[in-house]
Amino acid sequence: MISAPYLEVAVLVLGTVILLIESFSSKLDRRYLGYAALVGLSVIFLATFFVAPQSTTSTAPFWNFYAADALALFFKRIALVTTAAVILMMLDFARLVSVGIGGVTEQSGVGEFFTLPLFTCAGLMWMSSAIDFVLIFVSLELVTISFYVLVGFTRRNPASLEAAVKYLVLSAIATGFLVYGITWIFGATGETNLQKIARAFSRPGLEENAALFGGVLVIVALGFKIAAVPFHIWVADVYQGAPTPVTAFLSVGSKAAGFIVLLRVLQPFLILPQMQTLLVAITVLTLIYGNLAALPQTNVKRLLAYSSIAHAGYLLVAVVSFSGRAVAFYLVAYLLMTLLSFAVLILVSQPGGDQLESFAGLSQRSPFLAFAMLVAMASLAGVPFTAGFLGKFLVFDAAIAAHHFGLVVVAIVTVGAGFYYYFKVVRAIYWDAPPPSTDKIIVSPLTRVAIIALIAGTFVLGVYPQPIFDALR
Amino acid sequence: MLPLLVTFIPIVAAILIMIGSPARFTALAASVLTLLITAIIFLRFNAFSGFQFIKSFPISTELHLNFALGVDGLSLLMILLAAIVLVAAVWFTGEIEHHENAFYACLLFIAGGAIGAFASLNLFFFYAFHELALIPTFLLIGIWGTGNRRAAAWKVTIYLALGSIILLVGLIMLYRAVPASARSLDLRILQAGQIPASMQSSIYLVLLIGFGILISLVPFHTWAPEAYASAPAPAAMLHAGVLKKFGLYGLLRLAVPLLPEGARQWSWLLLVLLLANIIYIGLVTIAQRRLDWMLGYSSVMHMGYIFLGIASANVLGTTGAAILMFAHGLSIALLFGITGEIRKRVASLDFDAMGGLAKAMPLGAFAFGLGVFAAIGLPGFANFAAEIMVVFGAFRNGFDYQHFHIFQWATLLALWGVVISAVYMLRAYRRTFFGSSAESGLVITDISPGFRVPIALLVVASLLLGFFPQIAVNRLMPTFRNYFNEALELKPTSGMRQDAIACFVPKERLFPNCRLISRSAAGGRRSLAGRPLETAVPWPATQ
Repeated sequence: MISAPYLEVAVLVLGTVILLIESFSSKLDRRYLGYAALVGLSVIFLATFFVAPQSTTSTAPFWNFYAADALALFFKRIALVTTAAVILMMLDFARLVSVGIGGVTEQSGVGEFFTLPLFTCAGLMWMSSAIDFVLIFVSLELVTISFYVLVGFTRRNPASLEAAVKYLVLSAIATGFLVYGITWIFGATGETNLQKIARAFSRPGLEENAALFGGVLVIVALGFKIAAVPFHIWVADVYQGAPTPVTAFLSVGSKAAGFIVLLRVLQPFLILPQMQTLLVAITVLTLIYGNLAALPQTNVKRLLAYSSIAHAGYLLVAVVSFSGRAVAFYLVAYLLMTLLSFAVLILVSQPGGDQLESFAGLSQRSPFLAFAMLVAMASLAGVPFTAGFLGKFLVFDAAIAAHHFGLVVVAIVTVGAGFYYYFKVVRAIYWDAPPPSTDKIIVSPLTRVAIIALIAGTFVLGVYPQPIFDALR
Repeated sequence: MLPLLVTFIPIVAAILIMIGSPARFTALAASVLTLLITAIIFLRFNAFSGFQFIKSFPISTELHLNFALGVDGLSLLMILLAAIVLVAAVWFTGEIEHHENAFYACLLFIAGGAIGAFASLNLFFFYAFHELALIPTFLLIGIWGTGNRRAAAWKVTIYLALGSIILLVGLIMLYRAVPASARSLDLRILQAGQIPASMQSSIYLVLLIGFGILISLVPFHTWAPEAYASAPAPAAMLHAGVLKKFGLYGLLRLAVPLLPEGARQWSWLLLVLLLANIIYIGLVTIAQRRLDWMLGYSSVMHMGYIFLGIASANVLGTTGAAILMFAHGLSIALLFGITGEIRKRVASLDFDAMGGLAKAMPLGAFAFGLGVFAAIGLPGFANFAAEIMVVFGAFRNGFDYQHFHIFQWATLLALWGVVISAVYMLRAYRRTFFGSSAESGLVITDISPGFRVPIALLVVASLLLGFFPQIAVNRLMPTFRNYFNEALELKPTSGMRQDAIACFVPKERLFPNCRLISRSAAGGRRSLAGRPLETAVPWPATQ
């Protein structure tokens, strides 16, 4: 049996080793570094199945800030899979990187591009285990700082730079809110450990308002991570400007980690009714804004950015309804369909930009990619037999069981709106004629396998969710 | 096992066609095979043993989710309708200019989804299979449609998606309203009387709106005429003939037995809306100037009668509703099929531009005429038998049969719809096929002799049920008898009514006595699944 913390250590070692090889062997084809990262991540992913879930009530000092329960392990796997998929996309995207940084050779800068996600991954994995505000803060910063670099990686591209600056400034402010919130909570309860804070809440003589204020500040910071309205302003521009694989990473990895921290942090606070009202308000805003703002988009990347806000809304519905199962399943479904759509986007948009027009007539240029995008869009919209539908089913089920009927009504309207903008992409793929001079799109075998795996995953989880539930037990 | 085949043959065939198997041949073979297997089920079906031919696979115990297929009388009739219309629709698909494979695959997906929805015993798959048709419909209308196809495709997709999601919420509310110990998504386990009366009202309303959108109940009907007018003929046949019946099937399957109190509370609303369907849409249909739009509106209008049967809340009315679903599916499929053939031959489907087509296409005119007669409800066609059951059933509704009140008024008003439909159908027939030909320049050929097969299939099925409605009644009655067994008790008070029932119902087998319903008031909870009849008491010859 492997002890859980070794997983992060392994990811860090992997990242460091690849970074060292990158700096000392200038002749090596940089793509091999990407393949090495993929192999390493797969091995670590397999290793997660040999980790015994640790009970959180253990009294050893180490386990006071580090949880290795089933939920943590589950999110570690999500982080690993996401990172592997992102690196795979980066391999396809690598051609544009050296252009974007004005490199001398075709491969300059590509090595770091493959390495940085590994450090982000380690941060995400720590976040999923963090049950102490100090560890939450440190791992969150590890993730955020590596994202600063990744977002602005193609530094000769003004859009990428703009995205990086926006992300840097707003993220720094969010971090400020987080630290300030932690100090208020610490001041009120005298603890940074989430379990001890929960116990402190039931103690008489607690400054409830001070703790609540701290909690609200923490929610603001986490709202930034998960792209909830009104902390979403950065999302559209950063998603559009960042290199596409990084956008996929931001929208899946960063969001998943944000949600597990949210689940853990909220645990002590949810007994306070004010907190629940606040969360419901945020959820309603997120649902409405994300879906309505996505309606007029003509840039696919921007459309996916708003759709990621919208999906944060559905996830928040599950959070407000206390359904960890729905959150976890929805995140897996979201991972599959979002990665699938970004993988197709990278292949399709290379020559023509990210506009919707570059998808026109894709069904004739590449039936395979057209079908993959159809599956991704159907799943995002919530068509049955896809994982996205089962996710929505669980979310609605949780909301109705918790009697949040107002949220259900809002969600009905927004799901309807969702069909409109996702089917816009389908329309472009199948109805519109392709532009006259377009080549066939070449899909490398590895990418093809990954896309097929994502499609298969979307369908299998759409009718057979049991493996996910088992993993959460 | 057999329902599994019936559901998956079209879907597997669709996938094969997408991979590259010869489109028309595979589609035709698959649909004929589906029809044959459905016929086998129909013949081997035992009306008195509830759900049969069950095949169940567990999926998730936490969600009460299992993949279970099976049929009872009601679903069997619907599957038969789907299989017949599928054969006809595939047959009617002529030359497709581009992407022939995708066209046939879409048709098969729609049919497979509809059959799967009818055969599913689990609410999750009942819902999911229906949605399988959403994307194919979008593509069929958007790519191969005519007229304002893009707008129509958008409209139908958004409308149906919204209706479906409301329906999903309704289904989850239904599932959550059952006490936790008995909670299940399985139709065989969901039982009448488990849902508290106080919660039934809101659940029924949500289900009515959700299903209502899918069925084109009046305020939510605007998608239907436009979509059917723009859709290619085979798609319109399948959608108007089969898929739209899903909502009605759902109401019969869920709302009527599980939410009787909700149905009672909202019966006034349903009656008002269905009268709007019949009278208002009927008048709108008369005003149409194009054949395809006229048919689209007429299919909306006829939904009103089926709703009337569902609203009646008694065995006679619901049985009539189920047979009318079948009959309407056949007649509207025939009409849309012939219209599609006419569309290929003339420049415009405007009534002013057409005329005298009977000379050029006698077979088409004959077939269309049969469709028109069936749609109006001429005696001899299944529509007539079904409508008369619906009307009698509604007149003597299951709620308050002793007083002359809203139900009787609604029935009387609804009867005027028969006149309205005769007006628009016959007028359309005359203006299309008789009179002077406006387009003398065109050489119009008759529809090809091969089409006699699907036409005969549709017409013979309709005539068969028209003359022998007991074929269906026998199989349906046990299901519906179960629904109303304990909910209400009817006593025959007038001779007229008995005669009406006696027309359709084989006396010895179906009624323990003429007291429709029952003496099993002590029966307690009753499963939705059919149970064997109580000992049969001979039917009293006269009262």
